[in-house]
Amino acid sequence: MPAHVPNAGLSRRDLLKRTGSLAALAAFTAACGGNTGRPSSGGGSGGSKPNLAQWYHQYGETGTQQAALKYAKAYPDANVAVQWTPGDYDAKLASGLLSSKGPDVFEGHFNISMVKSNQVVALDDIMADVKDDFQPGDLATNTLDGKIYGIRMIIDPQVIYYKKSLLDKAGIKPPETIDDLISAAKELTTNKVKGIFVGNDGGNVMGGPALYSSGGEYLTKDNKPGFTGDRAAQAFGKLHELYASKSVLLGAPTDWWDPTAINQGLVAMQFIGMWAVPGMQKALGDDIGVIPFPKLDAQAKPAVYSGGWTQFVSAKSANVDAAKKFVKWLWIDKSEYQEDWSLSYGFHIPPRKSLAAKAAKLQSGVAADTVKLTQDYGYTDNPAWTPKMGTAFTDLLTNVIKKGADPAAEITKAEKTVNGELTRLFG
Amino acid sequence: MSAPATKTSADPAVSGERRGSRRRRRKTIAGTTLWFWVFVGPFVVGLLVFSYLPIIWSLVLSFFEAYNTATPSKFVGLRNYVDMLTDHNFLSSLGTFTIFAVFIVPLTFVLALALALLVNQVKIARAFFRSVFFLPTACSYVVASLIWKLSIFNGVRFGLANTVLGWFGIDNIAWLSTVDPPWYWIPLVTVRLWLQLGFYMILFIAGLQRISPTLYEAAYVDGAKPGWQVFRYITLPQLRATSVAVLILNLIAAYQAFDEFYNLVGNVNYARPPLVYLYGISLGSIQDLGHGSAGALILAVIIMLVTLLQNRIFGFGKAGD
Repeated sequence: MPAHVPNAGLSRRDLLKRTGSLAALAAFTAACGGNTGRPSSGGGSGGSKPNLAQWYHQYGETGTQQAALKYAKAYPDANVAVQWTPGDYDAKLASGLLSSKGPDVFEGHFNISMVKSNQVVALDDIMADVKDDFQPGDLATNTLDGKIYGIRMIIDPQVIYYKKSLLDKAGIKPPETIDDLISAAKELTTNKVKGIFVGNDGGNVMGGPALYSSGGEYLTKDNKPGFTGDRAAQAFGKLHELYASKSVLLGAPTDWWDPTAINQGLVAMQFIGMWAVPGMQKALGDDIGVIPFPKLDAQAKPAVYSGGWTQFVSAKSANVDAAKKFVKWLWIDKSEYQEDWSLSYGFHIPPRKSLAAKAAKLQSGVAADTVKLTQDYGYTDNPAWTPKMGTAFTDLLTNVIKKGADPAAEITKAEKTVNGELTRLFG
Repeated sequence: MSAPATKTSADPAVSGERRGSRRRRRKTIAGTTLWFWVFVGPFVVGLLVFSYLPIIWSLVLSFFEAYNTATPSKFVGLRNYVDMLTDHNFLSSLGTFTIFAVFIVPLTFVLALALALLVNQVKIARAFFRSVFFLPTACSYVVASLIWKLSIFNGVRFGLANTVLGWFGIDNIAWLSTVDPPWYWIPLVTVRLWLQLGFYMILFIAGLQRISPTLYEAAYVDGAKPGWQVFRYITLPQLRATSVAVLILNLIAAYQAFDEFYNLVGNVNYARPPLVYLYGISLGSIQDLGHGSAGALILAVIIMLVTLLQNRIFGFGKAGD
């Protein structure tokens, strides 16, 4: 730098002016950040009502966001601000739960590490009176050591929907075994239409159903890996066979959870959740049939993954009691909202037996068939199955399905990770 | 070669000035310091708060078992490092990076240099051509990745690439989902090329314009043939400093690859560069900040070592460059 800086000296007034603007800048940057989605405490019509932040992931069906806002606004005892989260909700939620700036109330999927790291509070007190009105599987998936940590909001069975007309034309019966499914997919494939869409990753989403349809499970009752048998290896191998049959749609602009592929006639069958039924009916009318994920062979049963979303109360919330009260109000007391949430946008099974029984939209057609399949073959997540185990399982599937790796060797690799996690969690 | 010459010619003037202003400098030093902090201060604060503090904190985290927390209490020593260095997924992500770098670094280098030479030769509308090639640099990786994924390289018949192949009677290719052959590298490499070529081209143009025309005249007088000979013996050696900078920047950028991988193929184990893998374990739903931090520091050390090694080989920033 040359030594003769022009105007290197600074008058007092200048100095004050400059430092003043620096201070303003600092104040501005301090004001940014800390957007929790919670209403700011100053002002508003709430008076002394507590403020609660409620987080949702972005539902695909139109009208859902407005509905969530409507419920929040209708709650009389707190100011509830809804944060609707497009994109990677799991990651956003995980970092939100690290601090007290996260949500008070949120939807998610239960696993043991949420309890181990003290992220959620037990809800037994508000669930006590209505426990019997929930399906045992939906309670079990949110229960750890006898305590219930979440309230199921919706049940989302995942099955295979197909276009009846295309199967009829080809003279094929709805597949009953995995081998049937593979040969049906092959026969239905033409140069314009692929047999089946199971996701752009080649079918990882069917890993769980394939495992359960072989008689296996993620973890056994006494928390040991349950995906290690020969039959599980055989089932994973079948997924590779399907992928390699060149009858699977890949690289679609939307993924498996969106019915666009089957609606646009890109495929004859699609693995997807019941939420897409209204969208498919709009595009295809009555030309839809449903099958569960087919059984591996005569020894086994088909499998339907009964997923969904669950409501939790954050342990880091400043208003745990108010948050619990709100959750009780919305997901236990206000049955008309629960019904609206399950049936007015996409189709989901209401978790409350009493509501499910009178859900008119689920009494007929393909929706009714799906509900029946879920009752017969549904399975829910094991809360001891952590995200890390899930990632190891996904890696197993990717290697087997796409790369054609030896299932037994991949199972051994995943087993190592899962055992490491089990040791960490249970000693 | 040319730089020492300019140095000696400038020296007397500088030292003369220095002598004359020594007195005044004393007086203004307080002001200069103040101005220095006014300008540099905010950035130093930002650097400390948003870069150094997190680096130090991740160093701390890397010695703890830190699931779902940034303030862990269970000290585990070097276990996270051992786990990461024996984690076949992490090692294979380093492998993925290596393949990526093997494609992208030489390709970017050659193409950016070729573009720079061409644009530099153009006599008309030079600014136009420069801007046209530089423009993609202004586009975000995420936006470009989505265009690549949804419209150019989608796997169905109405994707641009498949439409073009269709004219020649070639079947649809699922670009991003096919691992055998690994077609996904084509979108991954082309999107980065499209985005970054312009930037490196500008660096090369700047380098080309610094080469003194007298060198070319001298070469002509000495009988060098225009074209390859001049390029090989005049242009390329004169571009050494720029070339080294381009190589280093390019390699570091390749190590930091995240956006296009995350958006084009997601977190899949066959095309997962280190950053995507680390993001998955520490910031995704796993929230294992201990292992994530250890992995990030291992990666930082690797980048540092490679850069130093490159420095040794090419001698970046040596006197005379």
